Amino acid sequence: MNTWTKIILVAFITTILVISGTIIYYRYFLKRSLIISTTTSLYDTGLLEMLEKEFEAAHQVDIRIISAGTGIAIQHAEKGDADVILVHSPSMEKTFLEEGVGVCRKIIAYNFFVIVGPASDPAKINGTDAITALKRIVDYGRNQTDRIWISRGDNSGTHSKEQSLWKTAGYNYATLSKESWYASAGSGMGATLVMTEQFSAYTLADTGTYLAYYKAGTISLKPLISQGKDLLNVYSVIAVVPSLPANKTIHEEINFRDTIDFIKYLVSDDGQQIIENYGKAQYGESLFYGAVKLLAQDSTSGIAQWIREYAFFNGTECPPEYRYNQNDLYG
Amino acid sequence: MKAFQLIFSGDPTVFEITLRTLYVSGAATVISALWGIPTAVFLGLKDFRGRFFLKSLFKALIGIPTVTLGLFFYLILSKSGPLGFLRILYSPTAIIIGEAVLITPIVVSFSANALEAVSPEIIDLAKTLGASEDQAFFAVFKEALNGILLATVASFNRAFAELGVAQMIGGNIFGFTSVLTTTIANETAKGNIPLSIALSIILLTIVFGINLIVDILPKRGTDWRSGNGEPDILAGRSEKHNEIFQRDNGAR
Repeated sequence: MNTWTKIILVAFITTILVISGTIIYYRYFLKRSLIISTTTSLYDTGLLEMLEKEFEAAHQVDIRIISAGTGIAIQHAEKGDADVILVHSPSMEKTFLEEGVGVCRKIIAYNFFVIVGPASDPAKINGTDAITALKRIVDYGRNQTDRIWISRGDNSGTHSKEQSLWKTAGYNYATLSKESWYASAGSGMGATLVMTEQFSAYTLADTGTYLAYYKAGTISLKPLISQGKDLLNVYSVIAVVPSLPANKTIHEEINFRDTIDFIKYLVSDDGQQIIENYGKAQYGESLFYGAVKLLAQDSTSGIAQWIREYAFFNGTECPPEYRYNQNDLYG
Repeated sequence: MKAFQLIFSGDPTVFEITLRTLYVSGAATVISALWGIPTAVFLGLKDFRGRFFLKSLFKALIGIPTVTLGLFFYLILSKSGPLGFLRILYSPTAIIIGEAVLITPIVVSFSANALEAVSPEIIDLAKTLGASEDQAFFAVFKEALNGILLATVASFNRAFAELGVAQMIGGNIFGFTSVLTTTIANETAKGNIPLSIALSIILLTIVFGINLIVDILPKRGTDWRSGNGEPDILAGRSEKHNEIFQRDNGAR
């Protein structure tokens, strides 16, 4: 055999050995894995890491978290690359269920988006409601040459909320977003907040990320509008269907059993308590509120009713045809 | 400052991420060297049709954007992609393969250049001295070793410091596929600046450190091997050749 043939053969074999060795190690010597594709706010605030630790302590499973926007999370699920998703965009979730990929949706938490802006508040939105504020920002922005509104622009849950707010306020998002005072950042919440700070502009943010940045002193933007039905932010967990006729081979490997355990954990008293208490010590207020008890009490209190109107489909958090025989999740 | 505290207190998270990054980019470098250097020898020393085209192709691929390659591998390795059956998306293995492919053009181009730069006379000389075709190739290879080493180090640095591939096919899963660059990006997004600074300092230190070692080593190497500034081939080979010569004579 020629020397070079030998070398190439050795190279080839070594390559195969290194790669297969790594695959075998990670596949067979580690615990079963559960891949969660999540919206950034749950991960970036640190809440999910805490839930992960608690869940792993009680279950023989290794949780792997991929943090991306709601849009990407749903795409991961459709491709079979995630077992379960955590998202906050009811309109996108509805499509996801109707496509037959998502099942067993449970609403787990809520909080409010905030419209943040400079303390000087040049558009005078402080003390108004979200819709009036947006109108004032548009009126102010159209007389300015600078960027006044910074949008996530990344197809995330926050971005989808922003679009629906513009629609409620009576604007056509497609044309509005091309106006010169409107800037699309195309980045995560943190980067968008920093950009907003630099432009002394306004933006829509989730409470958790905003507080984390504000407390760290990275930004000095003030929460100008932080309550109200229009700013409601509802987080849900959705399992990926384990058998999809159209895409059978991909979806039959979905770790459905652990997913259901994980959903049960999130809606349990333990899980809900962790969600409620998270961040209290650090920020002086809860970043998220548990939604399970509130919805179970069947109260017609303001917020429970808001959640039903905003995030329920046909009067339920998950219509029976999408429950995949997991009726015990729905009491 | 908190960043320095994190480095010097031996924070297990920082240590683990650094170690994983070294393993992943190290494995990628080894693989790319294993298939890249033979390719470089082929391109640098053999004459064949399409050689010029192949060389330009590898040179152009050096500049491939990491996110493009990341996207490409994501689509291929996704469960719905052609190589989805391997089930390696979002694992260190995926990053190793992605980075190995990313840096192969660097290894190939730089090594091929180093090999070509060795005077062709050396091949002739080696052959005159009785070396076989293979031995002559090895002689040239030895001459070009510094250049090839440099190519390997440059490719390691690229793998070590790139973000796109690791992010898109590794997914930055904490404690599993998070490497230095992806963690820096993510921790900055979280507003955790001190950890980002700490990791950046480590990243820079390792990159500079390795370059420094490589800068020092070859010089010492040359001094030690042939103090008179003669190319190695003449010093090393001729001794060996003498042995072979004597042995051959004896056989006769």
